[in-house]
Amino acid sequence: MSDADSVTTPPSPPPAKPPWHDLARGRVARPGEWLVEKGIFAVSLTAIVMILLIFVFVGREALPILLGQADSAAARVQRILPPEDVDRMTPSELRAALGLSRRKFAARSLEEQKAALKEIYAVRAEADRNGAEAIPDKDSEVNTVGWRYLILPHQWTGYSRPEFIWQPVSQIQKFNVVPLLVGSLKVTLVAVLFALPLALGAALYVSQFASRRLRAWIKPAIEMLAGVPSVVLGFFALFVLAAALESVFAFQSRLNAFVAGIALGVAIIPVIFALAEEALSAVPRGYVEGALAVGASRWQAAWGVALPAAWPGVFAAVVLGFGRALGETMIVLMASGNAAILSWSLFDSSRTVTATIAAELGEVVFGGHHYRVLFLLGTLVLAVSFVANLVADGVMNRLRRRLASSS
Amino acid sequence: MATTDLTNPSAVARRSPSGDADSPNAPLIEIEGLSLYYGPSAALRNITLSIPERLVTAFIGPSGCGKSTLLRCLNRLNDAVENVRIEGTVRIGGCDIYSPGVDVTELRKRVGMVFQKANPFPKSIYENIAYGLRVRGLRDRKLMDGIVERSLRSAALWDEVKDRLHASALGLSGGQQQRLCIARAIATRPEILLMDEPASALDPVATSKIEDLILALKQEFTIVIVTHNMQQAARISDYTAFLNQGELIEFNTTSRLFTNPAKQETEDYVTGRFG
Repeated sequence: MSDADSVTTPPSPPPAKPPWHDLARGRVARPGEWLVEKGIFAVSLTAIVMILLIFVFVGREALPILLGQADSAAARVQRILPPEDVDRMTPSELRAALGLSRRKFAARSLEEQKAALKEIYAVRAEADRNGAEAIPDKDSEVNTVGWRYLILPHQWTGYSRPEFIWQPVSQIQKFNVVPLLVGSLKVTLVAVLFALPLALGAALYVSQFASRRLRAWIKPAIEMLAGVPSVVLGFFALFVLAAALESVFAFQSRLNAFVAGIALGVAIIPVIFALAEEALSAVPRGYVEGALAVGASRWQAAWGVALPAAWPGVFAAVVLGFGRALGETMIVLMASGNAAILSWSLFDSSRTVTATIAAELGEVVFGGHHYRVLFLLGTLVLAVSFVANLVADGVMNRLRRRLASSS
Repeated sequence: MATTDLTNPSAVARRSPSGDADSPNAPLIEIEGLSLYYGPSAALRNITLSIPERLVTAFIGPSGCGKSTLLRCLNRLNDAVENVRIEGTVRIGGCDIYSPGVDVTELRKRVGMVFQKANPFPKSIYENIAYGLRVRGLRDRKLMDGIVERSLRSAALWDEVKDRLHASALGLSGGQQQRLCIARAIATRPEILLMDEPASALDPVATSKIEDLILALKQEFTIVIVTHNMQQAARISDYTAFLNQGELIEFNTTSRLFTNPAKQETEDYVTGRFG
């Protein structure tokens, strides 16, 4: 280069090199890249933020019931006050009793507001006198959204013994969640018990026995099952599966927990398969070869060595499948029969927590007790699925590390 | 030697390890015209070789020459690999192990194998050795205990692990794990022991322990060892086969092969000029 030239041309001064302290260009030498990096970091955080926000907003609606502050009986018991009590109310109490926003309350004078409240009470007292004469009911004094009534059985008027009752639309709303929890549990257990052997068998076959060409067909096929919209599976369960199972088992209700559970099982097979197959494929080849070399058959090597080595992954797969089944809504809404009755029989119609939320949330009074109980159920489902995902993820990560270090 | 029939294991009369009329150099494994193809490409070409009984035979050669593949032909572990085609015959004690009726699991019970990387199962030390016996249907606890102890003693590992037989095998050091794998391989009392670079991942101390062990096991087993390390082959083997690019270049007693090779290629390799 210039060295060669310098032989013939008079030596030119070497080009000025930048001094070394120019290296210190500050922490943000490339502001554009820095900004983009922070930007995509923020984007990647949105998932975490979303989960937190969902928890906060869903949980917030259920908070009054969680803290025991809601009282369905309060409105009935305290709604009639003598006029002089209304006169003694502070403005904020008055506003609360009328249920008005600050702005609407300020739009009128205090005297006007008090007169309005007295009128409301007068009307209610009249109605109450008529009602009380018609049906003297001790149920009306029960706070049906108290913890005791949400969880424990209660002997309502007209019932011969204490019972768990979910009857959110009635004179006295009954919010016992136990029938729904049992419904969810039944359907989910059927789903997991149905899906586990099939998914595990497929995972074992694909990871240990299938030739590469066969694997290239089977794996995507099973994973494609995850892409089937749940409403289509529900439709299939409703018409095809229910009829087929009814002719086999001859149960009384055509749509029941068993039918919904089987359909739900089909939906979670790909979930369990994917995780179990990953865990089994991560088992070092040396384990299986070591087993073959001491005279184990391929089946013995797969069952006795590969499967135990991948066992935490299978556990994670079941937990994740359980969480997914618990949160699935459309299939159970369509195929479970939707009867909110407490029964341990798999062949009774039943109703799950998620189906209840889907079916009822559209028709509740905003901010009412029914609304809040549904949000409480939603929070519960969210928490359980979240924990299931967390556990499955943690177990899988530990297994991946362990198998990677010993392969 | 009498022809044994692997298809009918009950008919096999086990030879006593002390030996008798058989001369120590009688060939136990006879490989004839063996070629192996992975898909269209040949990994082994027309190999003919006789491996003598109760001696150590080493396969040496540069990486990828097919020595491990040849070793795995002897217990049919290549069967599990896809797209493998094998031509020629391998006879062990006169029985063609690739003939259709051969029970591969019975073959592998009698042809044990130790792998390049120690691969103990993620189970306890005891269970690692018991596994091979369990898959053979052994249930007797007392008998099992005895075999586990004997195998660990033969592998020179008993004193180091006798107090923690039920601890995980993955907690052992690399050298101990490899000796555990040897113990596992000899627990089913095979007659032949295949070793695929058993010391390549170990430090010199552990390596010398393994080599001592091989020399001790030679009394009882026919050992075929693949090694990358020519000093190792010279130290422990009686016969050596030199392979290159899937072909058997030379097979002779170890001393002859290393001191007076017949082929130029062999000489170049053993003197370190290539490979």
